[in-house]
Amino acid sequence: MINFLLVGVGGQGTLLASNVLAQVGVRAGFDVKKAEVHGMAQRGGSVSSQIRWGEKIYSPLIAKGEVDYLVALEKLEALRCVEMLRPGGTVLVGEMRIPPLSVSSGDDVYPGDEEVKRIIGAVTDDVYFVPSLSLAEEAGNVRAHNIVVLGALSNFVEQVELETWLEVIAGQVPEKYIEVNRQAFQMGRASRTR
Amino acid sequence: MTRELLSGNEAVARGAYEAGVRVAAAYPGTPSTEILENLAHHREVYSEWSPNEKVALDVVIGAAYAGSRAMAVMKHVGLNVAADAFFYASMTGAEAGLVLVCADDPEMYSSQNEQDNRNYAKFARVPCLEPGDSQEAKDMVGVALDMSEQFDGPVMLRVTTRISHSDTLVELGERMAKEPAAPPEYRIDRAKYVMVPGNARRRHPIIEERVSRVKEFAETFPYNRVEMSPSTGLRRAQPGNSGQGAGLGIVAAGVAYQYAKEVFPEASVLKLGMTYPLPERMIREFSAQVDRLIVVEELDPFIENEIKLMGIAVEGKSILPICGELDPTIVRQRAVEAGLLPPPCPPRSLPPRERGGQVKLPARPPLLCPGCPHRGLFVVTNKLKVVVSGDIGCYTLGFLPPLSALHTCGCMGASIGQAHGVSKAGIAQKHVAVIGDSTFFHTGMPALLNVAYNQSDTVVIIVDNRTTAMTGHQQHPGTGMTLRGEPTLAVEFEPLARAMGIQRVHTVDPYDLKAVEAALRDCLDNPGPAVIVSRRECALLPAARKQWMALAVNEERCNGCGLCFQVGCPAIVKSETLDEKTGRARAWIDPLLCTGCEICAQVCARKAIMFREEMV
Repeated sequence: MINFLLVGVGGQGTLLASNVLAQVGVRAGFDVKKAEVHGMAQRGGSVSSQIRWGEKIYSPLIAKGEVDYLVALEKLEALRCVEMLRPGGTVLVGEMRIPPLSVSSGDDVYPGDEEVKRIIGAVTDDVYFVPSLSLAEEAGNVRAHNIVVLGALSNFVEQVELETWLEVIAGQVPEKYIEVNRQAFQMGRASRTR
Repeated sequence: MTRELLSGNEAVARGAYEAGVRVAAAYPGTPSTEILENLAHHREVYSEWSPNEKVALDVVIGAAYAGSRAMAVMKHVGLNVAADAFFYASMTGAEAGLVLVCADDPEMYSSQNEQDNRNYAKFARVPCLEPGDSQEAKDMVGVALDMSEQFDGPVMLRVTTRISHSDTLVELGERMAKEPAAPPEYRIDRAKYVMVPGNARRRHPIIEERVSRVKEFAETFPYNRVEMSPSTGLRRAQPGNSGQGAGLGIVAAGVAYQYAKEVFPEASVLKLGMTYPLPERMIREFSAQVDRLIVVEELDPFIENEIKLMGIAVEGKSILPICGELDPTIVRQRAVEAGLLPPPCPPRSLPPRERGGQVKLPARPPLLCPGCPHRGLFVVTNKLKVVVSGDIGCYTLGFLPPLSALHTCGCMGASIGQAHGVSKAGIAQKHVAVIGDSTFFHTGMPALLNVAYNQSDTVVIIVDNRTTAMTGHQQHPGTGMTLRGEPTLAVEFEPLARAMGIQRVHTVDPYDLKAVEAALRDCLDNPGPAVIVSRRECALLPAARKQWMALAVNEERCNGCGLCFQVGCPAIVKSETLDEKTGRARAWIDPLLCTGCEICAQVCARKAIMFREEMV
């Protein structure tokens, strides 16, 4: 059984990334369940998606402390979910930083990078910061930052062949963006080897 | 056989298609909306957005009276609106299968309450099916239709947010050949379908007898099944064994079954696919084989109370919460507290190594998007300090700081009636009703008629963003387009209001703050009913997106007064640079978020935010 928790902010492509992850699990022959929570607003709220691969999955929701891979497209969102992580679980954090309204209005403070590391470090040492924006830009489209992070994640999921990931991604994005996303995935994958 | 990963909602749509549904109707509402959106892709099924859930249910009842399989879809509170139709349909039955898909929202992810609609099933004597995953969600649509035809009455398919919005694997089937060669003759049966008291009195015993027959049917219903624990025998032989759940009997339905299987892998489970009426003999036999009978269910103790009425000892809500959604974490924790499971050893979640300096993370509440036209209206209602009776839609988010501009939200269409009542009661402040375009069509119209008929000084502001925005941009009677993407007439609010007897009617653009203020003052300063149509399409609609253009702050003019922060736009941020004189942070506009609506530019007293024409 592998439990993934994908988190981000509305409009970041969290749900697309979670669709890819779920489909990859199906292709790899697992029973798969995926559960999503999206806020009320069209965009701007927290978004999270839980994906489970295994022989036989019952609950679509993962119990607290049983997430194997916490994949965050935004730093603050990663911090909200650290308690879901299995002790020693793996965290991948994209480099995006989206301040909520209370921060931009000056009422709250967005945690600094050291604070981010300290909070996650309290649960696990297995943390990877993925330069998702710069790699996506290099690949040709910043919006592909979600796929960069998936590329980095793919290094940890040894059960799945590279081709499976690329085929699923090709099936999930509009045709004209397939190449950019393949490129973004490969760059994410190369950014972090185990 | 094709297997696909489908959400519960996609699966229900597929199930309706496969089961030969010919007419489907709904009003959008989270978590049910995607069902009709997916069904609309199947051209063999006529599907529509009706103005509200009651109309949707009447539509499908008519279709089922006419001999076609039919399905209505709504969120839980939608059935409050459609309840009248639901009850008469139970009394009459129909000529073909009639299913009501009802999506409850435990945890209230997007709702004003978490009512448990299984109570409606019992209330109206309608069988209730509950799928536990997408496969069952698909299959149970056909099962419900078959049952509806076998027992001559509607069947409720009750899903929850977690079923609707979770993806699980589904084996797809083919559509049943249900298309008749020629339209069927309408069968007239006045005694069955004309529910005047005399006929209704004759029907009532038939309905009660139907419940008994369905109850008998439930005893062998394949979706009610017992999964005995292989270790039950062992457990009974060794009563001293503290056990890993052996000897424990769980009754569960829906997604709660999945949590129970995960948390109590050793327990025996009675999985109910039909939660009303219950299979009494099956439950009695199951309870006799286990030491302790526990119902794991979300929200109300519905199954638990039904079992208690049978005189069987059972626990449920004494262990599990009545409020909110369940999940494996909660079920396990409560099971440990109740002594059903040993405490986790080692602890499942190690305490974080270092908890010093607990950080409070900034929240990320839902908010009005950059460029949202509702913002312009609320800036003006705030300026004129009016009390706002609110309604249900994106504009409800105007209640949040810094705008804090909306002061009630109860149910669909409530704002206008409330404002009329406020007016008749009399208050010191000026007040208005704010209601969305789709919500106005839903249940606002009779309330506006009341304002005209009983004459109050009620100002009704219809915030017309040309779509049903909150649920993800669905069409409605004012948009000129149907669910199936076909052009149709667009009903206009202004002539409608006049036809209802409202003489003072304004149309304004909420991006034009002066115009909004002038119209609002005219309505507030003059007696009698008034309507303001505040029209500007949702900034996220494709045509609006094409007009996006980022504005910027002229740093030399901005002194950090903070007026623009009060419009509550995510695109305006405190910058790093401070004004030398005031020491306050100047404003900065995020070019990636700003759409160029110019509301902040109109609010700025120092003309420090550049308008579109100043941006070169």
